[in-house]
Amino acid sequence: MSAPAVIAPDAPLVVPDGAPVVVRGLRKTFGATVALDAVSFAVAPGELFGLVGPDGGGKTTLFRILTTLLVPEAGTATVLGRDVVQDLWGIRSRVGYMPGRFSLYPDLSVEENLRFFASVFGTTLAAGYDLIAPIYRQIEPFKDRRAGALSGGMKQKLALSCALVHRPEILFLDEPTTGVDAVSRREFWDLLDELRRSGLTIVVSTPYMDEAARCQRVALMQKGRVLAIDAPDAIGSRYPRPLFAVHGLPRHALIEALRAFPHAASVQPFGDTLHYADARSTHPADAVVAELLAWVRGRGITEAWAAPIAPGIEDTFIALMGEAAA
Amino acid sequence: MRALRFLLRKEFLQLFRDPAIVRLLVMIPIVQLIVLANAATFEVKRARMHVVDLDRSTMSRGAVDRLVASGRFVASEASGSTAQGDDALMRRTVELVLAIPAGFERDLVRDRRGEVQLLMNAEDGAAAGVTQAYARQILAAYAAELQVRLVPAVAVGRARPEAPPARGVPRVEVRSRGWYNAELDYRHYMVPGILVQLLTIVGTLLTALNIVREKEAGTLDQLNVTPVSRGVFITAKLLPLWLIAMVVLSIGLTVARFVFGVPMEGSLVLVCAGAALYLVAALGIGLWVSTVTETQQQAMFVNFSILMVYLLMSGLFTPVSAMPHWAQVVANVNPMRHFITLMRAVLLKGAGLPDVAPQLVVLAVSGVVVLAVAMRQYHKRAD
Repeated sequence: MSAPAVIAPDAPLVVPDGAPVVVRGLRKTFGATVALDAVSFAVAPGELFGLVGPDGGGKTTLFRILTTLLVPEAGTATVLGRDVVQDLWGIRSRVGYMPGRFSLYPDLSVEENLRFFASVFGTTLAAGYDLIAPIYRQIEPFKDRRAGALSGGMKQKLALSCALVHRPEILFLDEPTTGVDAVSRREFWDLLDELRRSGLTIVVSTPYMDEAARCQRVALMQKGRVLAIDAPDAIGSRYPRPLFAVHGLPRHALIEALRAFPHAASVQPFGDTLHYADARSTHPADAVVAELLAWVRGRGITEAWAAPIAPGIEDTFIALMGEAAA
Repeated sequence: MRALRFLLRKEFLQLFRDPAIVRLLVMIPIVQLIVLANAATFEVKRARMHVVDLDRSTMSRGAVDRLVASGRFVASEASGSTAQGDDALMRRTVELVLAIPAGFERDLVRDRRGEVQLLMNAEDGAAAGVTQAYARQILAAYAAELQVRLVPAVAVGRARPEAPPARGVPRVEVRSRGWYNAELDYRHYMVPGILVQLLTIVGTLLTALNIVREKEAGTLDQLNVTPVSRGVFITAKLLPLWLIAMVVLSIGLTVARFVFGVPMEGSLVLVCAGAALYLVAALGIGLWVSTVTETQQQAMFVNFSILMVYLLMSGLFTPVSAMPHWAQVVANVNPMRHFITLMRAVLLKGAGLPDVAPQLVVLAVSGVVVLAVAMRQYHKRAD
């Protein structure tokens, strides 16, 4: 990419053969709020596709349209080759949907919930058992407990089991790990990997960049628009400038010092370190590191360390959001 | 239909898992009926009476005795002047003063007419009216017994000394009418109405809250992503609540029969048929409320706002004929009014199918209309 701009101009939508999800020019507003604006993408069969972005990005609205709960104002969307507006009944029996908020019956037991959702899809728990077994086995010891009394991680496993028990052809998961502890999150994504390997197409949304990296492709969404769609690594490599990790104390002084550096393009805090982007794309990395350390030392920060790094998805996302806002 | 069966099973499972529901179902009809039926009566018992008997004759004592013997009045005080009677009214130690002028017996014998004066505390106008009616009735009976015309001059005054009730106020003919027996039938008349009101509250509120609860929990969305159609969903929601309301009706009728001795002249099957049709409209209102609200709190508020108008325009508490014309029109399309009419006609008069056929038709039509409107609103909701 030659220009520093990372937002691709309207690229023609590439639709893979038998794409389970195809979205073209989708638009939805709620009063003055634009929830979705000209959203287009296609999901390949068997893909683990991520919708990544902050809250209010339009991810939930998109899920609700794809699961036939909402009707778009403009644009079209097909799921499993069926139009979400015209052919909703053809879609409803074949998709699994796990909303962002726990949406099972809190007064029914784990097993009752599961049996109920199996039965409304015209199947039984026994028929779907082998598919959900890896997940359900973990909560089976609590099968007589009321769903409302489960912990966050267990609720989520139950919700996933309920969304899977009728053997859907595609799974929609809206922020499945929000409010769940780190260990449960990792376990959950391991389960998704397993499901994907079995051939199931999964569309999942998340506000967490580390989770985005586990998808095969992600769509970065902000304020109802898709900023970029690509594999997580590829999105990282779209970052237009040389990037450096800088560490030093005191941190706020370091941030100020780096921002004051004449060639600074951006300085972003990332956990313990700072990510510094240099405006000179051809300047040798060693030279940049040396200049940086000399600059901050000159500003009273003696304990500093810097090294070139490969940009990640989050770097790109922050750059994209900055561009989109500009 | 398989889906309907599973949904129904789930509904019953949830309903009977909720201990409050089961308790409410039994308690509401019993407690409400007993409390409301007793509260909604104007019956007056053992009104305290100050007797000012200036005649001191056999006949004047007879009048007092008749009043006391009825059980409605207690001669708790006596004195020789109406001024003391006024004081007693003022102090609220009595509810009424009976003043019999000197020469009462003489007038009765000579002119075949006599006057007595009743003074009552009309702070509670309704109670005073009933007290007065009782007294007149008893005195009229006494007069008939004496074969004379006994004309009590009735003054309804407030217990205020500066406005003492004047003597010689307009004379009132006493006529014995069925109205005075109203007290006996009062609860028989009110209980069926209260039962209808109860059924309405249970039917609309349970429906609205039950569906809105699914909205709040997000389970409605979850169900909408299944092959379950809305018709099946609504049927599965309404059918158990309809049954519950019918159970409430049965319990209510049992209480009405055995606690209040409400006569059941007509066919209970006819009452149940009316209720079955009426409940379609009631549940339809609940369904409609659930489509325009998002939380149980909102549903509760909207439901009660609608019920207030609905109840007041049913003719249960106020006669429809006393309403302005537009309100009468509204009341006439109010299914509750027709169901109350049907209940009273069948229970109290023993009306048969031909007599209440118009009511049944109105109930059926209103049920279909209300349910259709609610269903339409429910479908619109998705966009």
